[in-house]
Amino acid sequence: MYNQTEIIKDTTDLGPEGELIVNMGPQHPATHGVLHLVVTLNGETIKKIEPHLGYIHRSIEKMCESLTYRQFIYVTSRMDYLSSHINNTACALLVEKGMQIEVPERAKVVRTILNELTRIASHELWIGAMAMDLGAFTPFFYAFREREMITDIMEDTCGARLTMNYIVPGGLMYDIHPEFQTKVKAFIKQFKEKVTEYEDLVTGNVIFQSRTKGVGILTASDAISYGCTGPVARGSGVNCDIRKIAPYDAYDRVEFDEIIETAGDSFARYMVRVKEMNQSIRIIEQLIDNIPEGDFVGKTKNVLKLAKGEFYQRVETARGELGVYIVSEGGTTPHRIKFRSPGFSNLSVLNHIAKGSKIGDLMATMGTLDLVIPDIDR
Amino acid sequence: MFLKDYISEVYNGVSSLLKGMRKTGYYFTHSKEIITEQYPDNRATLKLADRFKGEVVMPHDENNEHTCTGCTACELACPNGTIKIITKFDITPEGKKKKAIDAFIYRLEMCTLCNLCVAACPSDAIKMAPNFEHSVFDRSKLTKILNNPGSKIKEGIE
Repeated sequence: MYNQTEIIKDTTDLGPEGELIVNMGPQHPATHGVLHLVVTLNGETIKKIEPHLGYIHRSIEKMCESLTYRQFIYVTSRMDYLSSHINNTACALLVEKGMQIEVPERAKVVRTILNELTRIASHELWIGAMAMDLGAFTPFFYAFREREMITDIMEDTCGARLTMNYIVPGGLMYDIHPEFQTKVKAFIKQFKEKVTEYEDLVTGNVIFQSRTKGVGILTASDAISYGCTGPVARGSGVNCDIRKIAPYDAYDRVEFDEIIETAGDSFARYMVRVKEMNQSIRIIEQLIDNIPEGDFVGKTKNVLKLAKGEFYQRVETARGELGVYIVSEGGTTPHRIKFRSPGFSNLSVLNHIAKGSKIGDLMATMGTLDLVIPDIDR
Repeated sequence: MFLKDYISEVYNGVSSLLKGMRKTGYYFTHSKEIITEQYPDNRATLKLADRFKGEVVMPHDENNEHTCTGCTACELACPNGTIKIITKFDITPEGKKKKAIDAFIYRLEMCTLCNLCVAACPSDAIKMAPNFEHSVFDRSKLTKILNNPGSKIKEGIE
């Protein structure tokens, strides 16, 4: 049995100048999964952060190579499980692009609504988890109350709460639930009433503001050179919303603003996500009454075969830009598939922006990067 | 000037905290607005969505007849090899041979509930059922044979 003083007495592996190496994770309540950070500290100041990956690597890219173009979509729900709809959409869009499948208007509009609902659900969960990282436990339950309404809508229409697999090449797997529109409208009404609660509880809170303002500052040029996308880059003033740059599905016919904050600190990234939820509500409001009648799935062949060549499709997930790249040899399965996940690039910037700050600020910085570990490892 | 800033900062800080605590206090006193459901206790009233994907089942009618022709479309559509269909040849009264299923083996422990088999089925023989309490003590109990013993194919299904 060691006692406390004996452990500290052994200073051989403390490094040259009394450096202390702290392992955060793989099992740590604030890392949301199995992320392992090796933090080198000098006193309380962070000198270096080394993320160790691979604890939840499932070789999804290799798995996809043995599955057909209908089958590989369900695996991508397991990458970024909080925006699984959007991952599925990316894969379906790529197959449609490669085979020139005509997608019915109804499917396009329903996909857009579901994608935006997924984005709201993801941001809701993030707000709860982020506030919990900083020690506020109550917002977690309030955020999950609204998220629960979205998962109920998903359960009704898609049959699952998290890994839906509702989107197929050519459209949707089956038609929307008859009560879909009324339920979504009820959700919009409740969301608009209750979103002020987050403002009262979290945004205006003096402790939250002083812990996030001026913490983990990322400049616009660094955000571009590290390949950051999504709310992380938009919090630094970079225009990178794929829904605006390269619209897919029904995004070209709806009006919404791309949220840009210029401060680049943790609070700016927080504000981007809060405002983005309101924009998502705006998109849904424009579409929910105008779901066109007609087929929900286009005409596809029984066996899908992509032409020989290379295909790339990018979409905006709740975390940033997701790219799907397929090399096809003309067969029924992809020859090589590669996912460009937003989480990996966003994690790589952590060492840069957290260096020099105190270890207590690391949670605030890492929380606002919105890391989903299965998305990083794949 | 410094004193004025200091006092306003303290005032704003305290008011922001009180604002948040008023919200928590509201829900503390209004217990009817809390929507938490106590799961094992509400089993009797628990209602899942009709499309909920819990497991694959094969519906049989009152004559113990199903509509599965044994075409193995679901077996080919499954990404994980969850389904295995063993076919046999029945002799019809006219003396002809007719293909029919002997066993529709479904391995729940390998299933990801992606619904691709149900979507691929041409005769609507299988569907998803909203059962979710699947825990058992032995893994072999999760391997199920979906067609009832003695069941046969419905008339007129090819």
